[in-house]
Amino acid sequence: MRWINITLGLIFTGVLGFWGTREVISDPVYFLELLLGGITRGSIYALIALGYTMVYGIIQLINFAHGEIYMIGAMTALIVASVMGLWGWNSAVIAILAVVFAIVYSCAYGFTVEKIAYKPLRNAPRLSALISAIGMSLFLQNYVMLAQTPEFLPFKSLIPDFLFWEPYAHIITSVELSIIIVTIIVMILLGILIKFTTIGKAMRATAQDKVMAALLGINVNQVISTTFVVGSATAAIGGVLIACHVGQINFFIGFLAGLKAFIAAVLGGIGSVPGAVLGSLVLGISESFFTGYFWSEYEDVFAFSILVIILIFRPSGILGKHETQKV
Amino acid sequence: MVTKKEIKQAFFIALWFMVLTFPIMVIKVNTIKNIVIFRWNYLFWIGIGTFFAALTWNYFLQLKENKQKTETSDDIPLVHKLLQNARFKIPFLIVLAIFFLVYPFIFPMYHTSIMISALVYVMLGLGLNIVVGLAGLLDLGYVAFYCVGAYAYALLNLHFGVSFWLALPISAVLGFLFGTLLGYPVLRLRGDYLAIVTLGFGEIIRIIMENWDSFSNGPRGIANIPPPSLFNIDLNQHNTVIYIYFIVIALVLMTIFFVARLEDSRIGRAWIALRDDEIACQAMGISKVKTKLTAFALGATWASIGGVVFAAKTSYINPMSFTIWESITILSVVVIGGMGSAIGVIAGAFVLILLPEYLRAVAEYRMLVFGALQVIVMVFKPEGLIKGVRKIYKFKKVEE
Repeated sequence: MRWINITLGLIFTGVLGFWGTREVISDPVYFLELLLGGITRGSIYALIALGYTMVYGIIQLINFAHGEIYMIGAMTALIVASVMGLWGWNSAVIAILAVVFAIVYSCAYGFTVEKIAYKPLRNAPRLSALISAIGMSLFLQNYVMLAQTPEFLPFKSLIPDFLFWEPYAHIITSVELSIIIVTIIVMILLGILIKFTTIGKAMRATAQDKVMAALLGINVNQVISTTFVVGSATAAIGGVLIACHVGQINFFIGFLAGLKAFIAAVLGGIGSVPGAVLGSLVLGISESFFTGYFWSEYEDVFAFSILVIILIFRPSGILGKHETQKV
Repeated sequence: MVTKKEIKQAFFIALWFMVLTFPIMVIKVNTIKNIVIFRWNYLFWIGIGTFFAALTWNYFLQLKENKQKTETSDDIPLVHKLLQNARFKIPFLIVLAIFFLVYPFIFPMYHTSIMISALVYVMLGLGLNIVVGLAGLLDLGYVAFYCVGAYAYALLNLHFGVSFWLALPISAVLGFLFGTLLGYPVLRLRGDYLAIVTLGFGEIIRIIMENWDSFSNGPRGIANIPPPSLFNIDLNQHNTVIYIYFIVIALVLMTIFFVARLEDSRIGRAWIALRDDEIACQAMGISKVKTKLTAFALGATWASIGGVVFAAKTSYINPMSFTIWESITILSVVVIGGMGSAIGVIAGAFVLILLPEYLRAVAEYRMLVFGALQVIVMVFKPEGLIKGVRKIYKFKKVEE
């Protein structure tokens, strides 16, 4: 079985490499555009996927409502920005306040959702928690739809076009550049949080063994809440950035984005933070090339196919630990 | 009783929710006309609403916790107790039979039609129950097989004029094949990986149907699918609905019979054993591959039959009927009803399908209520409305 995998992999990479090199030589700018577009897309997936993977790492739950948290982040930013825009405030102040509000409110929603829908189900069958999560997702979608509007709302970009970036803007716009830079910063901060702070240590301990962590004096409930809050914050940043990039939002944007980000998290090996980032980049870049060179209408099919193919050969994702099952 | 502390707590929860919902509930921005509307009255209602909601929520949560402490683990739901009692069981079944027999003649066509969709979901639920409830394989792409069945009938009819009765076994076989086909590559995956891959398969089939115009007519769908025929007799619309109703009843009865027999058969027990412990099960000489594949394939078979009935009933199908939400609804039927329990699944289907239909009066809010209901049922009854009961053999003490 193993040599078949290796041979297939080599043939696949060879064909892809050959074909790819040909394309790069024939039109390098288009290739670069697609690559950077893919990285941008992957960065957004990564920001959302982090929330999934962290929550999954700690309580083994697919947090279906996570996409909705991201949507609420974008929605809050839109509302805050429009209100302040009408009051005639300075656009830099608006941008900062909108992002701050988006993060704060997303965190609050993430926290509340966990308290309502997941905490009472801590010891219940896992499927029950999943259905509860799906119910929460449906509820939040409809709540935003009813309270606001089912239509698409135009979202005025909070990020201005940088003047110094003018000469390169045809390859990558300043919004896309900001997305990539912000994502890198968030990743570094998150890495520091998880690796070096006390709460990060507590998170890792809880993910490994909840009971043992509790015995050592870690407040497990608090750690879980913190995980939701941190995940929601990154999702909110992703929401605001993508809204700036796409230019319009509605109540339903969270669903597909959440699904894709979840695929990315699974691709990388769910529960692993670097895995989520890697999976997101792989998904984003390959999706971008696929839609750029092949059919754009089969974009989602491609995303799922790549997931199926990778999982068949590596059943626990790219970076996932292969757990040996014990009796 | 409500103590002072609880009131204080509820008050703070209400305050928290007022802050939480402020931007989305109160401010409404019209970005085209550039007007902001502040709806302060909403804030008031949210405060009041969440205050009382928090009180009841905490009350019931405490009730549940206290109950968990006192009760023993092997309590049997009331319905099962009643059904085990022969004196109750027979009259109950007779009443049920009479009710379903006369139902289409008493109620108007609209209600019969709703009942048909509920019954189709009973079938789908029981089919998915094999996969999720018995075999423990989380399948989020169940709708793919439903889609296969519906399109099989629609396309076979369109191109070859195949009738409903012939399409039924053909698509059952097709569903079985597809189940095996999709089941095979995912055998190695476990738990949530399996869930997301099956979800992927479901979406792939839908998107292909949407984009492969020459094959499936794309998003326009296929119209004029004929209803089932009855010895070439011309039926008017009302009678057709009644006819389909009885076909579905027959199919549901068949499903219940099969599932009940399967559950106690060798293969059924193998499913349950595999769900509970894979390694121990393999050590007992049960083939993992065969057992998992039969679960997938048999589940898919029921879904495809359901699909055929759905196509015949609506006479028009398009890919939008087979989104992931459909899978989620069917999964909710199984989980909310009670995993692994046939009665639970039936109850779940009726609650989840009939309730939103009759909530159409408040149409905009029905999905909101549906979502909230899922959360509430799961929080207070995590094992479902009627939980499954395993057959227990009681040993009587032999007197020496």
